[in-house]
Amino acid sequence: MEIKLLYYLIPSLIMFCCGVYGFLTRKNMIAILISLELMLNSIDINFVVFNRYLYPDGHEGMFFSLFAIAIAAAETALAIAIIINLYRATKNIDVRDTNKLKG
Amino acid sequence: MEILFVVVALAIIIFSVLTVTARRILRSATYLLFTLFATAIVYFMMDYEFLGAVQIAVYAGGIVVLFVFSILLTSRPGEAGERLESRRRGLGILTAVAVATVFGWVLVSRCSQLLVPQPETGLYTMQQLGADMLSTSRGGYMLPFEAVSVLLLACIIGGVVVARRR
Repeated sequence: MEIKLLYYLIPSLIMFCCGVYGFLTRKNMIAILISLELMLNSIDINFVVFNRYLYPDGHEGMFFSLFAIAIAAAETALAIAIIINLYRATKNIDVRDTNKLKG
Repeated sequence: MEILFVVVALAIIIFSVLTVTARRILRSATYLLFTLFATAIVYFMMDYEFLGAVQIAVYAGGIVVLFVFSILLTSRPGEAGERLESRRRGLGILTAVAVATVFGWVLVSRCSQLLVPQPETGLYTMQQLGADMLSTSRGGYMLPFEAVSVLLLACIIGGVVVARRR
């Protein structure tokens, strides 16, 4: 059996759907961030796999994933700084209860 | 190779489901770590060793550690294994299944184009990668490289400003 392009896209699709489910159902902000990482990661898999199978002479998908990983790291660090600051102010990181900025 | 692929695909599926269904947030972060490792193996199978190394170093070594620290910082003493409740579970399942249906239908309808085997290519060495990363010609990535470095600098400053004590 040879591994076809489609076979890599199925786990990636399931990973993305798990991310969507977690993003909508979790209440803890860090758990929401974890679901976001799952979604970003599945997109990275898709870029690399399409690059390798359909355009093996270029490396655009690989570089795109590389920069996406760097940007995801920056975004996570900032989001965690905000969450820790919020926890210091309100002792709570539940998305339903964080309505201090609401007008 | 086929056995490795089956193991990796199963690991990705099982651990990503566990990540979003685990009842304790520390376990959720641990399952995320396993998912990221499985993804790194996919990159190694695609012959992109550098990307797999970056995935392990940045995601598994950096982001997951950051997650664990912030979980421990934001849970009250003695409650690090705090139970997670879920809300609107029906809506979540509905949306996830809808996304899976739409994208799965797209995959099935393009089936003939997607059932291609992995083509043979030459080795993409670290020297070539470094030269491509810092070249300004076509196929070079100098501008995004510099833009990312500025972004990381802005992120460092932003993190310090947001998180410092007043």
